[in-house]
Amino acid sequence: MPARRLAVLGLAALAVSAAYMLVAARAPWSFLLPFRGEKLAALILVAVAVSTATVLFQTITQNRILTPAIMGFDALYVLLLTIAVFLLGGQSVVRLPAQAVFLTTAAALIGAALLLFGTLLLHARGDLLRMVLTGIIFGVLFRSLTGFLQRLIDPNEFSVIQVASYARFNDLETDLVLIAGFVTAGAVAVAWRRRAMWDVLALGWDVAVNLGARPRRGQIEALVLIALLVSVSTALVGPVAFLGLLVVSLAHVIVPSPHHAVLLPAAALVGVIVLVGGQTVLERLMGLETPLSVIVDLLGGAVFLLLILRQVRR
Amino acid sequence: MIRVAGLRHRIGGVPILHDVDLVLEPGGVTALIGPNGAGKSTLLSLIARLQPLQTGRIEVDDLVVGVSPTDALARRLAILPQRTEIAPRLSVRQLVAFGRYPHHKGRAGPPDLMAVEAALERFDLTPLADRMLDTLSGGQRQRALVAMIFAQAADYLLLDEPLNNLDIAGARGLMAQLRTLARTAGRTILIVLHDINYAAAYADRIVAMRAGRIVASGPPADVITAATLHAVFDSDAAVETVRGRPVVLV
Repeated sequence: MPARRLAVLGLAALAVSAAYMLVAARAPWSFLLPFRGEKLAALILVAVAVSTATVLFQTITQNRILTPAIMGFDALYVLLLTIAVFLLGGQSVVRLPAQAVFLTTAAALIGAALLLFGTLLLHARGDLLRMVLTGIIFGVLFRSLTGFLQRLIDPNEFSVIQVASYARFNDLETDLVLIAGFVTAGAVAVAWRRRAMWDVLALGWDVAVNLGARPRRGQIEALVLIALLVSVSTALVGPVAFLGLLVVSLAHVIVPSPHHAVLLPAAALVGVIVLVGGQTVLERLMGLETPLSVIVDLLGGAVFLLLILRQVRR
Repeated sequence: MIRVAGLRHRIGGVPILHDVDLVLEPGGVTALIGPNGAGKSTLLSLIARLQPLQTGRIEVDDLVVGVSPTDALARRLAILPQRTEIAPRLSVRQLVAFGRYPHHKGRAGPPDLMAVEAALERFDLTPLADRMLDTLSGGQRQRALVAMIFAQAADYLLLDEPLNNLDIAGARGLMAQLRTLARTAGRTILIVLHDINYAAAYADRIVAMRAGRIVASGPPADVITAATLHAVFDSDAAVETVRGRPVVLV
């Protein structure tokens, strides 16, 4: 049964990608195909990166409510980028190749994520309330620090970070697509190879140890992968608050399975359908009247509230 | 053989275990009894490497806890911790199938599938195999968890208060199963029990702990006496012998 549903999801993802490329063509194809192809590639990368990062994060924290975005990973990426601009000056950051800035910020995010979330996972293991509260406080802290530093920065240099500070799906950083593609492919390949281990880690610390897995090492590996994948999505489209939660919750409903061999591709495909499909409808049919990020956050926020309320009632 | 030597453990600066030495010969059911806070669960979780070892040495046959590869230990020793919560939605068969992970690491073959079906059959779970865990009663859930560690095919099974939440039929059924496993399948079972009468009825050997030390050990008839109960639990419960077995009058 999961195989058939995955096939249907795959076909739907292909269909929305084709629609994105072909609907409402008002320019010569020689221009349109590379132009739209680049944006499509970026959207698919974001969908795969966000959904994989969310699945891994929910696995190592054993819950279905928290996501890297809710815990402040995206905000941390923007903060690190802001710190770089603050210390080096916007002009020198701009003069660096975008790829180098991306890789440096991603590396810094890995370190910061291990430092902050690695210790949190060790101490707040299984304490959902503490995780939620810490995530909210981290998010506010990172955003406030970012806001504070951005006020100190020269207004001309501010434009460098401004693009990374809010979610946008129309105006993508397409010059990063190639390197983001390599990073995503590598991270997803590692996550896929470890799929049986994630299944075991999701059972909880004690059961995982009993079955001979090494949960601490698994958590660290997952945090590194999550940091890489969040860097990809934030660099391409900015922070996406509730996209991951929406996509992974939908995947759980459409293809219920405890196995990551099913969950990882299902979440990625749902991500592509939501992001590319939503963007096709809004950009091509509704003439960009509403930004996709608003709709995704509205739906994702509703899912978040629903999950929290269900948890509280239990 | 499990050999525990010079085990000392502190949690948050508070000493939990003081120089615990314990030898567990292969085969048989050993019950670990003692008042709350005696260190029974800590001892079990240290043997099963759920917590890092602080002082002392634990050997499981030729493997050394904390030194030997953890996946090799998982094929030799299995633990069912107290209050095991399984977060993902699993069917009984999916849960039991996880017991084979130490053997196949994610690539289940025909022998693994057969072992899962055998474990389901042995614990009368075949009719429930496709039910979701969260639709089961406490007793059925506990049976499914025990079936999972049975499927792990480890020689040593450690169980931390598995009788919690079980009614008398469930508790007796589980204890009888464990005794059968020890007698016929050659498993060695170490089980933390709160109800001393269950320990007296089903265990071959009883180890009594108090305040982080082992204070008595031996066959039930030797350990379960009014004098030992007073020394271990500070309780003046009377002990009678009924059909050749000690019974605590509660």
